[in-house]
Amino acid sequence: MSENFEGARGAGPAQRSVEMAVALLIAAFALVVIAGSIQAGIGWGAEGPKAGFFPFYVGLMILASSIINFGAVMSDRRNDQLFAEWGQLGKVMSMLVPTAIYVALVPWIGIYIASALLIAVFMRWLGQYGWGTIGAVAVGVPVVTFVIFEKWFLVPLPKGPIEELLGF
Amino acid sequence: MEEIVNLFHGFSVVLQPFNLLVMLVGIMLGVIIGVLPGLGGANGVAILLPLTFSMSPTSAIIMLSCIYWGALFGGAITSVLFNIPGEPWSVATTFDGHPMAQQGRAGEALTAAFTSSFVGALFAVIMITLVAPLVAKFALQFGPAEKFGVYFLAFCSFVGMSKEPPFKTVAAMMIGFALAAVGLDSVTGQLRLTFGQTELLNGFDFLIAVIGLFGIGEILLTIEEGLSFKGGAAGINPAVVFKTWAELPRYWMTSLRSCVIGCWMGISPAGATPASFMSYGIAKRVSKNGDRFGRGEIEGVVAPETAAHAAGTAALLPMLSLGVPGSPTAAVLLGGLLIWGLQPGPLLFVEQKEFVWGLIASMYLGNVVGLLVVLTCVPLFAAILRVPFAIIAPIILMFCAIGAYTVHNSTFDVVMMLVFGVVGYVLKKCNYPLAPLVLAIVLGDKAEEAFRQSLLSSQGSLGIFVSNGLVSSIMALGLIALFWPLIQNAFTRRRTRPAV
Repeated sequence: MSENFEGARGAGPAQRSVEMAVALLIAAFALVVIAGSIQAGIGWGAEGPKAGFFPFYVGLMILASSIINFGAVMSDRRNDQLFAEWGQLGKVMSMLVPTAIYVALVPWIGIYIASALLIAVFMRWLGQYGWGTIGAVAVGVPVVTFVIFEKWFLVPLPKGPIEELLGF
Repeated sequence: MEEIVNLFHGFSVVLQPFNLLVMLVGIMLGVIIGVLPGLGGANGVAILLPLTFSMSPTSAIIMLSCIYWGALFGGAITSVLFNIPGEPWSVATTFDGHPMAQQGRAGEALTAAFTSSFVGALFAVIMITLVAPLVAKFALQFGPAEKFGVYFLAFCSFVGMSKEPPFKTVAAMMIGFALAAVGLDSVTGQLRLTFGQTELLNGFDFLIAVIGLFGIGEILLTIEEGLSFKGGAAGINPAVVFKTWAELPRYWMTSLRSCVIGCWMGISPAGATPASFMSYGIAKRVSKNGDRFGRGEIEGVVAPETAAHAAGTAALLPMLSLGVPGSPTAAVLLGGLLIWGLQPGPLLFVEQKEFVWGLIASMYLGNVVGLLVVLTCVPLFAAILRVPFAIIAPIILMFCAIGAYTVHNSTFDVVMMLVFGVVGYVLKKCNYPLAPLVLAIVLGDKAEEAFRQSLLSSQGSLGIFVSNGLVSSIMALGLIALFWPLIQNAFTRRRTRPAV
């Protein structure tokens, strides 16, 4: 799709290697599915096909298509595209890592406090905002969310010790 | 005539004040979802689905389908003003819409886009009104083998029509089927593929998959591309609107053709995105102004927008009448039906008349309301896009997390959402299509059930799938759809370049 007009691009993992890795991972997934299906029984039982019957063939089809996909990438030697530049992947990680920490924190401190922290981190890190603006948005958004979900729609969201202290 | 009576009854349901309010809220939310990156029709509806648990099914489906219309409208705003398609189906709208905005004709382009969307949707809704009851009546005779045949046809069309390599489509689809199989087997009640993990007892919920794959994955893609939103002003006023409306009837032929393309592509699960490209391509070839396409031709906005909306709407026809959704968003709506305790499929037209006709009536009204809302509120929606990414991104992430949590009140689901997000990002970058994966998760259990019931009645012989005229023709259609690219190649041996 994108032509390589600029000669000097940043370095990064090659599209080919990533695609091969993905094909292998999918094949591994297929093996897990096949193993699980065999465990559940792939034959014909008293009530017709056993539980593993359908997923077994699904697993075989995943395996077959990932082998074909792997072969297709292998034979396509002219593809010298990059999957992404390291800088771009860095940006993705700068988003992914805080999100992963956020997801890990939610069960412990509740979704409201965790969200406030997430918003604050992003605004400070990616946006370089002043603390005043950060405070307003990071506190305001979870409070509005709280009112909409817990008060209007009566949908309870995970809460932590701080909400408990406040009596919710 | 019975349909007309039912439709009027549907209107009386929709016109209740609460349902009108719900409609307006849905449209507004939908446009916002369509405008924001990382939130699209499918995962927007998925995130907001839990909010409807306390509503009546009819109000709930009105709200969710209106979110869908709103998202379809919203995609055009970002395409024209910012050259950023908010949704994949608005990519073709940027080709001529954005050049028009650069020439200071943003108002004209937006009016044309919204009006065409409206026309496309209206055409598709009329088609649904007339055709859906007939299809449903016909489908009532289906046994398990025919049911499986319909699923087979739907999934084969995906492989045949996908622009991604066929075996990547197959792999993605089968991964969906495998994920759907995890947990309790619905036929025997036996556990499978859980490997002793209690979290997997209930399997993978497709809502979590949708929010992760489309929501988180999309945000990761957005930040990688480092998009910054800079765009023209949204000058839209009544004078421009009426001037454009006076001009539009000239393109009635393009409009009609795009409606037909859209409906066709929407019913077969190709979806809105290929419909918009195809319609644009054909309009470019047929129009006498074809060589000026790409430099701000109003016809180049009319064609893709009409087709995209017609397809997006028509995708609900197989969802309502057969229980087979034509697009990921339709799949989420179908999931909603299951959650509200309704059984999707032909029986819906018999047992849930109020629901079905309320929904169809809300399609008419929702699109009128949608047109008015977007025409009057464009500057407001454009302002949302000017909120910097550093603020909007964590807020979107938060809503994705809330949406994932509320499905089963489980924080494990939030973790799964993130995993699906990373998987979605990588698969998308490697050209694996995500729509068939999601559809397979939704339909996996039902397809498997139909398959096993058929085999049970035939004592294990695959001959059941060619045992009568009806099922064999459905299966044959499926095979034609599957090998369509090969068949096409055999006819025109001139295609040397793979489609982009």
